[in-house]
Amino acid sequence: MVTIVERRMIVPNVHLLTVAAPEVAESARPGNFIILRPDEQGERIPLTIADWDTAAGTVSSIFVQVGASTAKLARLKAGDTIPSYAGPLGNETEIANFGTVLLIGGCYGLGSLYPIARALTAAGNKVYAMIEARSSYLLYWQERLAAVVERLIVVTRDGSRGYKGHVTRLSEILALEKISPDRVIAHGCTFQMMTVAKETKPLGIKTIVSMNPIMIDGTGMCGVCRLTVAGQTKFACVDGPEFDGHEVDWEEFFARREGYSAEENEPLHRSGCASHF
Amino acid sequence: MSKVDLVRRPMPKQEPAERVRNFDEVALGYPAELAREEAARCLTCKKPGCVDGCPVGIDIPGFLGSVAAGDFGAAIRTVKQTNALPAVCGRVCPQEEQCERNCVLGKKGDPLAIGRLERFVADREAQEGPGQPPPLPPPNGRAIAVVGSGPAGITVAADLALRGYAVTMFEALHEAGGVLTYGIPEFRLPKAIVRREVDYVRSLGVELRLDFVVGKTRTIERLQESFDAIFVGAGAGLPWFLEIPGENLNGVYSANEYLTRCNLMRGFRFPAFDTPLKRSARVAVFGGGNVAMDSARTALRLGADEVHIVYRRSKAELPARAEEAENAEEEGVIFDYLTLPVRLIGERGWLTGIECRRMELGEPDASGRRRPVEIPGSEFVMAMDASVCAIGNSPNPLIPMTTPGLEVGKRGNIVADDDTGRTSRERVWAGGDVVTGAATVISAMGAGRRAARSIHEALSGQAAP
Ligand SMILES: Cc1cc2nc3c(=O)[nH]c(=O)nc-3n(C[C@H](O)[C@H](O)[C@H](O)COP(=O)(O)OP(=O)(O)OC[C@H]3O[C@@H](n4cnc5c(N)ncnc54)[C@H](O)[C@@H]3O)c2cc1C
Ligand SMILES: Cc1cc2nc3c(=O)[nH]c(=O)nc-3n(C[C@H](O)[C@H](O)[C@H](O)COP(=O)(O)OP(=O)(O)OC[C@H]3O[C@@H](n4cnc5c(N)ncnc54)[C@H](O)[C@@H]3O)c2cc1C
Ligand code: SF4
Ligand code: SF4
Ligand code: FES
Repeated sequence: MVTIVERRMIVPNVHLLTVAAPEVAESARPGNFIILRPDEQGERIPLTIADWDTAAGTVSSIFVQVGASTAKLARLKAGDTIPSYAGPLGNETEIANFGTVLLIGGCYGLGSLYPIARALTAAGNKVYAMIEARSSYLLYWQERLAAVVERLIVVTRDGSRGYKGHVTRLSEILALEKISPDRVIAHGCTFQMMTVAKETKPLGIKTIVSMNPIMIDGTGMCGVCRLTVAGQTKFACVDGPEFDGHEVDWEEFFARREGYSAEENEPLHRSGCASHF
Repeated sequence: MSKVDLVRRPMPKQEPAERVRNFDEVALGYPAELAREEAARCLTCKKPGCVDGCPVGIDIPGFLGSVAAGDFGAAIRTVKQTNALPAVCGRVCPQEEQCERNCVLGKKGDPLAIGRLERFVADREAQEGPGQPPPLPPPNGRAIAVVGSGPAGITVAADLALRGYAVTMFEALHEAGGVLTYGIPEFRLPKAIVRREVDYVRSLGVELRLDFVVGKTRTIERLQESFDAIFVGAGAGLPWFLEIPGENLNGVYSANEYLTRCNLMRGFRFPAFDTPLKRSARVAVFGGGNVAMDSARTALRLGADEVHIVYRRSKAELPARAEEAENAEEEGVIFDYLTLPVRLIGERGWLTGIECRRMELGEPDASGRRRPVEIPGSEFVMAMDASVCAIGNSPNPLIPMTTPGLEVGKRGNIVADDDTGRTSRERVWAGGDVVTGAATVISAMGAGRRAARSIHEALSGQAAP
């Protein structure tokens, strides 16, 4: 059982959740996730860790309200408790000096990329962050990200800030910004991650994506989180969640993600990208 | 001496037509009168073969004598001297291959129903409310971490708590019990029983930390800073698949996923509980063990019209407990023996059918069982909207992945000494499925018992009684 320190809607439909979980905070690394249950009847849902404070013993995630479990979370407030909160799970992001790294995030990825940006910059990389949203009012954590990267590049679908359009303009934007990344890391929206992987493949840039399949235990027991990477079955919770985006079987992944969509509530409100979840 | 009674007393069960519509326990247990009659059949052998067949060496003639005499309290005390989980073992032990196989009565008639009577005395005790926990010795100042709250971990925790150790049991999931909680279904092992056993261990002063993933929340190395010894009972891990085309289609489950959704997450009570479990009309289960039987019978109870067990060998080789295969058959599960799935067929991402090939039995293989050989050209397709793969698991990978210096075998199992449970890492012991691969509740408990003894010897410098 953990206590909520803060739960706040930071932009429409996107929430910050901070809980007191000192042991998780102590072990958290960039790219890890946690699994929580919002109440005793609830599902186990995974959320990526967006920040942590070892001294205060707190851990934060950014979540998008899409269905029943995230709706329950969105009703909680500071001082409330939730019955389960386990982590940090999954392998951490590979952090090394790669040279120039471009981080690309949409939806909850703006949050989950933050610790990665911080660690990569500390490791001596030139780090750029490209963040995308439907409109400028859906962007968050821009100052935070800007503080730990070389430059923040904004893309909005409606052109209300930065480049107008979508990450499909990637190679054009890279040329305009004069960036030639040695590595790209994409987090957040599945559709966007796939698009990024498609764009970077002809450019020959190694691209890491953080896969978000349906999970139950998150400890390598149930096998539901399997996906095909380079022709082999991998389990996202113990082999990932980060994989080489050029090796992921995206078509199969999308089909599996929809496995329970008929049973789940219709997403209450779709934010961000076209095929967000 | 009176005539030897060779006929086993039947145990009342729910009728098949009734029970496939609920998740309540199938076997109802002996009433006291039948229990005493059955126990009275025991010949109180001088050299009881039954005891040799029990991995934890319960004094079987001893407890049966008490049952026959109507002293059920004495009976349960005898059982509990060596078995911390009698209500569980009495239900799920493969008795016909262990204690009961060695019973002399079995030579001419029915072996004594030892498991059923063990269950009887445990249930009887439970009806009388939570008993007094046994007196505990004064704390000896040593701290033990137990990783995993399955039968192996529970046994180590109980044994060491009773010897004065401060035990903390870490469990990755949000409920304790391991496979007893997430795997074996309610209709075979009611969860209230598992909870009672876990409560008993806690009544011995064992601290239970749920949602704590050892290796992740804290590594073994880090735990060793505050614990004198660590026991790893992390159980089974990633499910094996058949490695045939189509296994990542929707509607294709591993047994672990299928059963976890139903048991741990209460999927059978969706939408009261949030975790969904699809109602499938036609379900094929691959495999022939207990896990396959549990999956097939779960599918029926979830409302499937037709459930098949697809098994590549014949009925004689079925590894499941005879009683469970019989129950499944009674409930209407269709057994397709000598049948091998070769391809899963889907439409728009969803399973629609399975292609199978017929097999015949050839020469015996290394295990002594006749090896199934494929009959060329015998392919056929069965329409199915779900399949459950129940062909086994590799051991849980998390601890080996995160613990340097821990020797791991070819199959990913932790290497541990058979007699003591010691691993290659100083002050770390292991036992149960994470060492042996998928086995049984009682063998995991046996391993836990041996490890507890070895831990005590190592920490106290004295031989354990
Ligand atoms: C490793 C990992 C990290 C994640 N990190 C974040 C994060 O930081 N922030 C965030 O907002 N979301 C994250 N997700 C996705 C998040 O877990 C789902 O949005 C959440 O489970 C949906 O629950 P729900 O009940 O609100 O919606 P539901 O009603 O269950 O479903 C809404 C949609 O979400 C999909 N979905 C359902 N269950 C899951 C599940 N267990 N895992 C993934 N998708 C699911 C369904 O396909 C459906 O279309 C992550 C997922 C994974 C696997
Ligand atoms: C469906 C099914 C039916 C079965 N039927 C029978 C039967 O009828 N009779 C029989 O004798 N046997 C049966 N078995 C086998 C039996 O249940 C197992 O052999 C036994 O449970 C193994 O016990 P264990 O303690 O080693 O591990 P488990 O019961 O697997 O428990 C391990 C526990 O450790 C936890 N864990 C794992 N990793 C970590 C970590 N890193 N940190 C913290 N906790 C962790 C797991 O979540 C789990 O709760 C069945 C198994 C299944 C799956
Ligand atoms: S524990 Fe199992 S093997 Fe031992 S007596 Fe009981 S049922 Fe038989
Ligand atoms: S072998 Fe059978 S008859 Fe003999 S003591 Fe054991 S249970 Fe009784
Ligand atoms: S979530 Fe169960 S194995 Fe990954």
